[in-house]
Amino acid sequence: MSFISEYISEKNKNNEKVLSVFLTAGFPEIKNFSELAINILNAGADMLEIGFPFSDPLADGPVIQHSSLAALNNGINLNNVFQYIKEIRRKTDKPLIMMGYANPVLSFGINNFVKQAKESGANGLIIPDVPIEEYDNFFDKSFDGLDIILLITPTTSNKRIKLIDEKSNGFVYCVSVSGTTGITNQNMNGTIQFLQNTYSSVEKNRMLVGFGISNENDARNFAPFCDGVIVGSAIIKSLINDNSDYDKTLELIKKLKGAVRKN
Amino acid sequence: MSALIDYTQPDINGKFGKYGGKFVPETLITPLKELEETYFQLINDKSFNEELDRLNKEYSGRPTPLTFADGLTKYYNKAKIYLKREDLCHTGAHKINNALGQILLAKKLGKKRIIAETGAGQHGVATATVCAKFGLKCFVYMGEVDIERQSLNVFRMKLLGAEVIPVSSGSRTLKDATNEAIRDWVTNISDTHYIIGSVVGPHPYPMLVRNFQSIIGLEAKEQIQKAEGRFPDYIVACVGGGSNAIGIFYPFINSGVKLIGVEAAGLGITTNKHCATLTLGREGIFQGMKTYLLQNDEGQVSEVHSISAGLDYPGVGPEHSFLKDEIIADFYSVTDDEAIKATELLSRKEGIIPALESAHAIAYLEYLMPKTSNDEIVIVNVSGRGDKDLNTIKNSLGY
Ligand SMILES: Cc1ncc(COP(=O)(O)O)c(C=O)c1O
Repeated sequence: MSFISEYISEKNKNNEKVLSVFLTAGFPEIKNFSELAINILNAGADMLEIGFPFSDPLADGPVIQHSSLAALNNGINLNNVFQYIKEIRRKTDKPLIMMGYANPVLSFGINNFVKQAKESGANGLIIPDVPIEEYDNFFDKSFDGLDIILLITPTTSNKRIKLIDEKSNGFVYCVSVSGTTGITNQNMNGTIQFLQNTYSSVEKNRMLVGFGISNENDARNFAPFCDGVIVGSAIIKSLINDNSDYDKTLELIKKLKGAVRKN
Repeated sequence: MSALIDYTQPDINGKFGKYGGKFVPETLITPLKELEETYFQLINDKSFNEELDRLNKEYSGRPTPLTFADGLTKYYNKAKIYLKREDLCHTGAHKINNALGQILLAKKLGKKRIIAETGAGQHGVATATVCAKFGLKCFVYMGEVDIERQSLNVFRMKLLGAEVIPVSSGSRTLKDATNEAIRDWVTNISDTHYIIGSVVGPHPYPMLVRNFQSIIGLEAKEQIQKAEGRFPDYIVACVGGGSNAIGIFYPFINSGVKLIGVEAAGLGITTNKHCATLTLGREGIFQGMKTYLLQNDEGQVSEVHSISAGLDYPGVGPEHSFLKDEIIADFYSVTDDEAIKATELLSRKEGIIPALESAHAIAYLEYLMPKTSNDEIVIVNVSGRGDKDLNTIKNSLGY
């Protein structure tokens, strides 16, 4: 049984949905990034997705493009990211998930990557540009202790949802709207309908919803149709505009968690 | 016609050996499947093939000539040199071959909005042209650096009614324009078709662009048979993403012809200002495909350079990666300076001003010709004409 999945189920039992927060490793600052991550967990985030940067993030909108580039300009590489995860792991028992594109992983060596990720204390991995078509070739085996989390989008057929649910571990990541990260939702009714349908089709896994969640209203609206929400661009944006102790961002985390706590 | 019997790339998963594939976000999987299915439907459809043939002939001006280059042949005094004249295509480059095929696909798919990326602007112009002809809205992503150095083509696109969207991210060249086009496609898949400009990206693009471009090689095969009664000994083409090269190579694969791709060495392959992907890159995953890639030790994509906007790209079509590993084709590179010299040479010896991309293929003759003999034959693919590059050439030559 997957640690991430158990963790989410445990939360759900108490009639609460999880809040997963995306951060780009080493952003806004290299120094104190682990501290910021811990503060975000303490403010109410149940899990973290820690993005490792890539020069060409083609699934990302302007905000996460900016944070990735800034992290790269700060000199962040995978070894730094593993180090951050080690530091964060020392201070938390919550799920930590790594997220990033295929090429840095391929270049690092996949088995070596998985080994380092597990040793650092990561529990899951999301690589948006490795769909199920490429999964077996890319990973060549499954990994005990590191869940490979797959995505479902509004263009995914019902048949594919089953395949993805089968293959994914930890949870399935349901992308609420077709587009890049940071996109805003234009058609709430359509989205809710899609989430409802997908939520009832996903059987093996817990389902978290990401993309298009920019404030606590979105989080509150989506919460009934999933097991948790993922917020990325809104957090990064808040960090960009925040002062150096990131009060406003921590406040935003509290509000987002409040919105998914009771349903 | 036996040539292609034992060459059946890609496989049903879009793999050329270990290269290619579909390394894309989940959102794009369904539209890529639709595209593939529609493509296979259409190529077996008589009326589609007739319409494409007719457009190639009556609109684009095909077949393009195979010109015997007597001036250049005399200059080197070795093998006979022929030029495949894609510069004479409507819009001035081979890019129209693919754009015409794909616009018919888009129509069949019922898409109302077309997007494209462009480097040199030739693919942008070709796409804007077919959109004007077929009455579809056209949006072309172009890096700010390229907008500057190919300003005439920017104006052509606007004149044709397309909107040119400047891309300010990354190196502000072709790779970044491609990223933005993919982001647009992910966001607007319901009404949008992405006409990718080379044999790059996720399956089925490398396959279908190759097939639309292979008309170059099919014609050349017939033309050289007619002129010389045999196949050539060498075929030389420049390689950016690799569409003009694969277009002329493909029908000659496994037929004993030496296939030579020429990449851009920029300021030199010992500097970091080049884009000789197959010469100096290593396996990577980039823009939907597994292929050779110029990248640093950490898997971050390199900033590359070429005087030629159409070659200024850190990746390459996955089929070329396969052809290299299997030693079916050989790949070399020439510098900016060599390309400029070759531009002048072809202009003076043949009265043909090549695109800077094509000039890279011409420049390789300096290395190839001394190794040939008088009874051999070389075909060089002149992928486009140099009108778009006159400012750059003028600045380089200084007269
Ligand atoms: C005239 C010409 N030749 C070659 C290229 C390079 O593309 P490819 O390698 O796909 O033929 C371009 C691209 O813009 C071009 O305009």
